[in-house]
This record gives sequence, C-alpha cells and structure tokens, in this order.
Amino acid sequence: MKPAVFWSSLVAALIAGLVFTEVGQNDYYFNAAYVVLQALIMAVAWNILGGFTGYVNFGSAGFFAVGAYTTIALNKAFGLPLPLLIAAAALVCGLIGLGVGYLTLRLKGVYFAIATLAMAIVIETLVNNWAYVGGAKGSYMLTPETHLWFDSYIKMLFMVMLALALASVAVSRALSSSRLGRGLAAIRDDEVAAECSGVPTLRLKLVSTTVMGAMMGVAGAPYPFFVTFVDPVSAFNLFIAVNSIAMPMIGGTAHWSGPVLGALLVGTAQELITVTISSELNVLLVGIMLVLFITLAPQGIVGLARKYLGRRLR
Amino acid sequence: MVSVDLFTNAVVAGLLLGGFYAAVAIGLAITFGQLDIVNIAHPAFVIVGSYIAYIVNTRLGLDPVLAGLLATPFFFIVGALVYRVYYAAFERTGQESLSGLAFFFGVMFIIEVVLILVYGVDYRLVSAVYTVGTLSFGFVDLPLRMLVPFVVSIALTGAIWLYLSRTFMGRAIQAVAQDRLALQLMGADPVRIKQFAFGLGIATAAIAGSLLIIIGPVEPSVGRQYIGRIFAIVVLGGMGSIQGMFIAALILGIVESLVTTFVGPSWAPAVAFGVLLLTLGLRPSGLFGRQ
Repeated sequence: MKPAVFWSSLVAALIAGLVFTEVGQNDYYFNAAYVVLQALIMAVAWNILGGFTGYVNFGSAGFFAVGAYTTIALNKAFGLPLPLLIAAAALVCGLIGLGVGYLTLRLKGVYFAIATLAMAIVIETLVNNWAYVGGAKGSYMLTPETHLWFDSYIKMLFMVMLALALASVAVSRALSSSRLGRGLAAIRDDEVAAECSGVPTLRLKLVSTTVMGAMMGVAGAPYPFFVTFVDPVSAFNLFIAVNSIAMPMIGGTAHWSGPVLGALLVGTAQELITVTISSELNVLLVGIMLVLFITLAPQGIVGLARKYLGRRLR
Repeated sequence: MVSVDLFTNAVVAGLLLGGFYAAVAIGLAITFGQLDIVNIAHPAFVIVGSYIAYIVNTRLGLDPVLAGLLATPFFFIVGALVYRVYYAAFERTGQESLSGLAFFFGVMFIIEVVLILVYGVDYRLVSAVYTVGTLSFGFVDLPLRMLVPFVVSIALTGAIWLYLSRTFMGRAIQAVAQDRLALQLMGADPVRIKQFAFGLGIATAAIAGSLLIIIGPVEPSVGRQYIGRIFAIVVLGGMGSIQGMFIAALILGIVESLVTTFVGPSWAPAVAFGVLLLTLGLRPSGLFGRQ
C-alpha cells in the first residue's frame, strides 16, 4: 500500500468514526465497536513480536490486565485524566515487556513463550493479593461526568479507542517497513544467520517486546471505564490471550495488514455470534478456527489472498 | 519463631505434593524433555483424565486410580493422533516454533471450553475410601488423599524410568532425543518412535488426572495453574532427565508448601514462575541436564 493511500485511509476511518458518533443512536453499536477495536489493538500488538520476529507471547491477557489495573490504581490515587492514564499504562507495560524479554529472550523462543504464560499467572497472583485495587473481589469504577462534545461517555470512549487503534496500525506498519522491520523479519527467518550478518538480534527483539507490551497496556487502560467493574478473573481472561493469537494467525502474520483484517473479521463475527447464538459457542469457535487455520492455512487470509489473487493477476 | 512441628508438617506435605507433581510433569518430561515438542496442552489432557475418573467413579463406583489406568489406552491413541497432525502440519515443514506452540495453545483452549460447555464450571470430586482419613506419626500428619497419589506417582515415575532405560523401545525414544539423524541411519523411523513416545506421554495424563481429582475438587480451568508448574519442573530437572524431573518436582512441592504455610496460600502459584525464571537465568540446562 502506498503511503498516501495508507494515511488517507486512516484519516478517512477517523472521520467516518466521528460521523458515526453524530449519526449513531443505539449505544450497543458503540459497545460492540469498542470490543472489536480493543481486540484489534491486541492483535496488532501481538503481531509485532509474534508475526514479525516469530516469538510467541501467551501472556497477552497479563499485559492487558496490567494496563487496566494501572488505570484503576492511578485513578484511585491521583484521579488522573484518561490520556495520562493511557500513557502511564503504556510505560508500565512497556517496562514489563522489556523485563520479561531481557530475562528470557536470550534463550530459545520456547522459553520466552512459557515465561509469558507463567508471567500472566504471577501478575494475577499479585493483583489477587493487592487489596488497594480490590484484590480478588474486584473494584468498581465510576463513569466520569464529562465526555467532551459527545452525547454519551461510550461514544467518547469509542473515539478514543478508534484513535488508539489507528495509531497502533500506523506504528505496526512503520515498524514492518523500516530498517528495523527488515531486521525483525531476518530474525524470524533465521536468527543465527541474522546474528552473523550483523543484525543486533537481542536489541531488536527487546524493542519489539517493549512496543508490544506498551501497546497491550494501551488497549487495557480504558477498559475499567468501559466495563465499570474489573476483577482479576475478567481482566486476566484466557479468552483475551486466545483472541490476540487467533486474530493475527487467521488474518496472516507476515504482513502488518494481517492482524487488522483478522481482528475486523473475527471480532465482528464474534459480536454477531454472541448476540444471535451464544457466547460460549463463540469462544469455542475461535479455538477451532485458530487450530484449523494454523494447520491448514499457516499464512492466514492474507496468504490465501496472495496465492489466489496473485495467480489471477499474472 | 517457627515451631518445629509446623515446619516438619509443611515439609512432609510438600514432599507428598511434589510427588504428585511428578505424575503431572512426567508426561511433559517425555514430550518436551525428550521430543522437544512444547505440549502446553498437557495439563488440559490431565483435566480430561480427571473428568473421566469422575464420570467412571460416580456412574460405576469404580476406584479413581483404576479408572485412570483403564483410560490410558485411549489417551495413548489420542496422543498418537495428535502427534500425527502435529508432524504433518508443523514438524515436517519446520514451523514448529511459532505455529506448533499456537496449535497446542488452541488445543488446550478447545479442551477447556468443551469441558465447560458439557460440565459447567462447578467443582467435581470423587469418592473412595482414601479420600478421607489421615495417618499420624507423632506430630506428623499424612492425609491419605495425598499419600495415595504420592505412592501411585512414584510407581508411575519408576515404571517410566525403567521403561526408558531398560527396554528397546525406551532406548529408541532416548536415541531420538539425542540424535535423530543417527537413528535414521540405523534404519529406524524417528516419526514412528516419536509418535509412540508422544502417545506414552499423553497416556500418563490419564493417571495424573485421576490423582489430581483424588487430591481435591477439579474444574476445567484448574489445568492452567499446572502449565507453569510442570514446565518449571521439567526445566529445573534438566531436559530429558527423569530422575532430575522427580527431584525437581519434590523441590517445587516443598517450596510451595512452605510458602503456603508461612506466607499464605494465595502466593503459592507465583512460586513456580520464580523457580522457572531463576533456572532459566542461572542454569538453563537444569540440575541434571542433557547438555
């Protein structure tokens, strides 16, 4: 995609969102769109490490929950405004990403994957024991009175999420098409060869875990305002982790557009299934789709499209 | 001041708990330790074993351990089939690192969701003569519901250890772990051996599951707490070493029990992660590693 086309479509999406908040009447649509956008940020963030470098992060829910709990703690302590809370969540989660990466990325990728999974469990244990943010009982969050020029708070939250999602897509694209992105792709294809050719593999991997962590924190930061009640079970939900792996895998991991495509398709389908059939079935369906796509179409939808459309174009 | 009998009881309880952990971890010691297959779905198979023990126990009144033992052939077949899929989709194409991990993650998730859909999130338990009652030696208490899994686990670990070190097939499995190419040059088929070994690893989950539900009530998401634990045990024990795995399981059990007694039960899940990170940071080859 050419830069001009890319940037104008981002602006177009933003304007469409603004128009939608003026025209849309039913709050449900904004709720549903918020959930899809949240999943989109998580998927794009996961892909920065998983898709670009080939290191699997199973602890997405941990980063997400740390973002949410950063909001709760700082809001309770200082009553900071939302933009500052988001920035703080990005900082905290970025540092956690850096720390976990520093400890485990020097070893085989397998250990990194297991460490992220275990990390999510440990952070959940910490939060369960931290009475200030509600511990295992969870904590309530009051919806603020002010919502700028929007009719309702959820409309404002939707616009915040849309802006964050577009920003994360821009970051992901910038990373993948830069010198750094080529280094990451080299790590994915052959880490030893990359190291031998002078690619600073450890530094690049640390950059991508940090960006991934920060982005997931950003996705989690507005969550307490969205649901108004957060407890460890909902914030550390395994479903969040599964979604953020399944969406890039289904969309295609090699290209920045894969997770966006996957998140929009799978996220919208999930909302439809949850409303029309049942939420349990929706959860099961994601698991089955994940396994089917990995085994039968490892390149995802983007890969399938390239294969068939590319042949026709030739 | 820590009282002697409280400390002794915590250590004994930890030994029993660690012995049980060995039964859960031994399947992973085969699949991950010997075959390098990162089977994070192993605890999910253990939970399936628990539910089979639960169903057989409540419907037919059979002993849970016997039920677990009877289920092993089915688990073996399922494990062999899972390895077939894994081999065809990932190992043959060299994509096991990213896609293989996500594959087992998906399998784990599907098992958990199906169990929740069928049985709900209620805790299930079994009844047997030994689920209540305690042996006491002076001030040391040995609850039977911990002692029976401990004994069964030692028997299981011993049997697997003998099998791997004494029989032809067991040695072939270890040979696959050491040098796949050399094995191929000897005229053996590494894929068939790995398929058999993976089935064996999953089969142990049936027994481990029956032990898990003897120790306490089980619900579908319990398995997740064991992922960190069993990987910590296998890594600490050293990849591919059964004795190392057993000692590591005892160490983890004792540390967790001490933390539960003196710090608080809600901190116990963090112990495994601490052990795992320390091992990876200080001595990645583990206590008795093959490298």
